[in-house]
Amino acid sequence: MTRVNAARNNPSPPIRDAVDSGSRLKSRVSWIIAFILALAWLAIAFMPFVFMAINAFKGKFEMLVKGVFELPESWYPANFIEALTGGYWSFFKNSVIVVAVSLTALLFISACASYPLARFRFALAKPLYGLIVACMSIPIHITLIPVFKLTTQMGIYDTIWAMIGPYIAFAVPISAFILTSFMAAIPREIEESAEIDGCGKYRMFFSIILPLSTPGLSTLAIYNGVNMWNEFIFAYTLTQSQKNQTLPLAIWQFQGQYSMNTPMIMAVLTLTVLPMILLFIVFQDKLVKGLTAGAIKG
Amino acid sequence: MATARRSTLRLQRQSQTWTAAAVFLAPVMILLVVYIAYPIVNSFQISALKWNGISAERTFIGLANWKQLAADRGFWLAFRNNISIMVLSVLVQLPIGLALATFLDFGGRRLNVFKVLWFVPLLMSSVAVGFLFRYALATNGGIISTISKVFGGRNVDLLGSPAKALYTVIGVICWQFVPFYMVYFMAAYTGMSFDIYEAATIDGATRGQYFWRIALPLLAPSIKSAAILSMVGSLKYFDLIYVMTGGGPGTATEIMATYMYRYSFKNFNMGYGSTIACGMFILITVIALATMRLINQGGDRA
Repeated sequence: MTRVNAARNNPSPPIRDAVDSGSRLKSRVSWIIAFILALAWLAIAFMPFVFMAINAFKGKFEMLVKGVFELPESWYPANFIEALTGGYWSFFKNSVIVVAVSLTALLFISACASYPLARFRFALAKPLYGLIVACMSIPIHITLIPVFKLTTQMGIYDTIWAMIGPYIAFAVPISAFILTSFMAAIPREIEESAEIDGCGKYRMFFSIILPLSTPGLSTLAIYNGVNMWNEFIFAYTLTQSQKNQTLPLAIWQFQGQYSMNTPMIMAVLTLTVLPMILLFIVFQDKLVKGLTAGAIKG
Repeated sequence: MATARRSTLRLQRQSQTWTAAAVFLAPVMILLVVYIAYPIVNSFQISALKWNGISAERTFIGLANWKQLAADRGFWLAFRNNISIMVLSVLVQLPIGLALATFLDFGGRRLNVFKVLWFVPLLMSSVAVGFLFRYALATNGGIISTISKVFGGRNVDLLGSPAKALYTVIGVICWQFVPFYMVYFMAAYTGMSFDIYEAATIDGATRGQYFWRIALPLLAPSIKSAAILSMVGSLKYFDLIYVMTGGGPGTATEIMATYMYRYSFKNFNMGYGSTIACGMFILITVIALATMRLINQGGDRA
């Protein structure tokens, strides 16, 4: 992309000369209009964040008295401190554990499933692949009541372990879909020469296929990690007590506690978005690619 | 002798392949059966019961729940709201996403700032977006009210007014997902060969002509898949609306998923809740299959 855009930014002189001045003016005017519209969308996209960030620093009554877009009197982060000491870390810790366990298990399990689907010649490969991929469009809600029932029967209702099973199961279809096409692209020669050297299917998977799939796995880690970090409905249905809940529910709990204190809620919101923004700053392109992994075939 | 040995060898290898495949696929299959396949079957079973989800007392009532669902105005209203969200999502998100991607593609690297900043709404979870807008669009001290006052207007009640609430919610959904379609179309542009653009410019095409006559037809397959994605997504929607309006005011923003949740986990009518979930499942499957067939007609799928 870089190469293409670099070339596009510097059209070679002959092309530029060929354009007569009238159409050059027209193109300049349309650029200006496009730029104004671009700025307008920027304003729409960012206004809510500005609202959130400014008001998170205000006192409860300061926001009501002053306008919402006026800067706060002081930038002392009282609301943030209160949120952080008022249980934020417990939610944060639960989120980290749930995402880490689910994600590790998910990546391993889907890699295991994709390997035979992509590389073995056996009659069931196609139908099984179709079945797994078809699961992608199933709405979560049809499984909600049975999963709730199952979780209660297993005795893990209202623990952080309740979320892990559904998180993995609902992430498997897309992950297997992407990993299968990724593994199918690995040249067969590598496998063949290993086979001649007497490498069995299990060793082949762990020492050749799995390492070669790292780029696909990292894209999937980002895509599924973000989804699990933000997941709401299973967490909301399968847990009850605050000490077992994940970050998306923190907002819910704080909202109940500080319902009239808008600045406090804004501080909590900022704290839940912050980890993502930090990740975005560090892994920008990877994250952009990872987040659309579901839509763009690996 | 030699051929016989070869065929037993082949049989042996084949059975090895089957064993290995079974070992590798077992974990996924168990998970999918436990958390997806069995629950779907179970939901249909529960839909024939009168059950509150907790007590051991369950009564088999046959198709009574399904008859109730077919005549339930609340459900069909929710379905209609889903359809409005679906249609407007496609009509708003895709063109804006495409416009932003085109702008970035024409502008190249120097517009990278726009790309990064435009992307940020997608980093927020739906729950966070819902809460943020619940306050940011408040009648008193919300963004729109503040802007309206600057121009001498009055406070604007968006989420509390039955007439405006649904459109407001759709606006927020678009705000959240436009960056997704932007990145999606940017990837589609990257997949297009630069030679095409070069050839068009040499032939004297302006950028407008290039976009309408060349880029847009080439992007058609991506636009189709984006439309399917957006449609199926809108029918499954839940988090943001549940958090922002809870389906209210009244039933103005009720959708199938919030309706199902309310019956199952607020009113504890799990039998009917399951019926709603199954109805939703059937409707989504039918619509998804129908649009896929409709959109892919003509066999020009890339």
